Amino acid sequence: MATTAQPQTGAKPAATLSNEEILRYSRHLIMPEVGMEGQLKLKNAKVLLIGTGGLGAPLGLYLAAAGVGRLGLVDFDVVDFTNLQRQVTFGSSDVGKPKSEAARVRLSNLNPAIQIESFETQLTSANALELFKDFDIIVDGTDNFPTRYLVNDACILLGKPNVYGSIFRFEGQVTVFGMPDGPCYRCLYPEPPPPGLVPSCAEGGVLGVLPGIVGSIQAMETIKLILGAGDNLVGRLLLFDALGMKFRELKLRKNPNCPVCGTNRTITKLIDYYEFCGVRGEEAPGPTVSVPEITPRELKSRLDRGDDLFILDVREPHEYQICNLHGHLIPLGELTRRVHELDSSREIVAHCRSGKRSAEAVDFLRKAGFRKILNLKGGILAWSDEVDPSVPKY
Amino acid sequence: MPVKVMIPTPLRPYAGKRASAEFHAKTVGEALGHLTSEFVELRKHLFTEEGKLRSFVNVYVNDEDIRYLAKENTPTKDGDTISIIPSIAGGCI
Repeated sequence: MATTAQPQTGAKPAATLSNEEILRYSRHLIMPEVGMEGQLKLKNAKVLLIGTGGLGAPLGLYLAAAGVGRLGLVDFDVVDFTNLQRQVTFGSSDVGKPKSEAARVRLSNLNPAIQIESFETQLTSANALELFKDFDIIVDGTDNFPTRYLVNDACILLGKPNVYGSIFRFEGQVTVFGMPDGPCYRCLYPEPPPPGLVPSCAEGGVLGVLPGIVGSIQAMETIKLILGAGDNLVGRLLLFDALGMKFRELKLRKNPNCPVCGTNRTITKLIDYYEFCGVRGEEAPGPTVSVPEITPRELKSRLDRGDDLFILDVREPHEYQICNLHGHLIPLGELTRRVHELDSSREIVAHCRSGKRSAEAVDFLRKAGFRKILNLKGGILAWSDEVDPSVPKY
Repeated sequence: MPVKVMIPTPLRPYAGKRASAEFHAKTVGEALGHLTSEFVELRKHLFTEEGKLRSFVNVYVNDEDIRYLAKENTPTKDGDTISIIPSIAGGCI
């Protein structure tokens, strides 16, 4: 079903292309599906990208290249060295710079003819409606549940399409929410998972090129919405499995009882999404278990003293290869089956990369009757920071 | 050919790293029951303590959401594919 996103009233829409634009977009213009009319629609379109990271990179690049007349880039983060594995708008010289601004510079170089604005701000319930209202299409390239629900609800309240994409390791999902008669994010997932149950990319990892593919599909869907061309992903959940190199599709239905887009709407304004998702504070906490801990420095003192400690490493084998504390490796997912390898009469210190998985392990083992067990606070990352900087961080 | 259950990436660590598993089952509920009997750790990720399917996990038979069919009583036949689609949020980090 082809639909067109209507440009906002306000500034007078452009009616012509300059000679330079005609040359720049010539490969679009010679296609009947685009032509002068389509290119003008792109020129008059206003698209807001929420997130300028893994998904935002191909999105920004391809929407700028296509000549979307006004692009907004929302991101409050700075470029980190570990981002360069996949966030291809950035270069090494951008490390430490605000992402939205670094992206703006890059995209402006790609296409100086379009208007690009960077919003170095966190998207919140207080600013979302104001930020969204001047744009036609919102593209969700975020990385956390509270923001995804916020983007969804703001789009429904304002009647704007939301081109959604998400990734995990080597799988992706893409669809278009927020179209009239189409479903929204809450139709698909009425509630978020509790924090700590679904790992983030920092914990689960991600194949760098995956957001490149998924974000490019989002860019394609955005352009098709603007042009009114082809069949878009409204009501269709596209699933991509990069390792199997398979695309699958599931039907997405609009939920008539959806609280935000259904017939009897109970959500008519933006809520506290962090509370909704059970998250408080700036960072999603790990599992909400409180376990006895030992700091890396304390551990080092005790080992130097000759204390008989059993180091249990609950990471994955490929992580052990990167760096390790010569611990006994039992990946967290195998702990229940291999608990017999542990001697409860010995004092055990469990560790992982950052302290979250090992906290779960300690909690499980305490419930299984282990009394002499401690969690290494901050994991091997903290060990590298505080005790032995030669241990690589990852 | 029995019913194939596709296991999504975030849940594979709890299913012996398997990407799919096959069972003979007449309903979705039966298939998921077999799945969580074989992979016990998967149970808490799919079901609440009261035994209800978690709301951030969607289950499809072929391409239809079971919430719009007969939920866990949705009948399955040989050759059907059950997909478990959990909420994922990664995009930036």
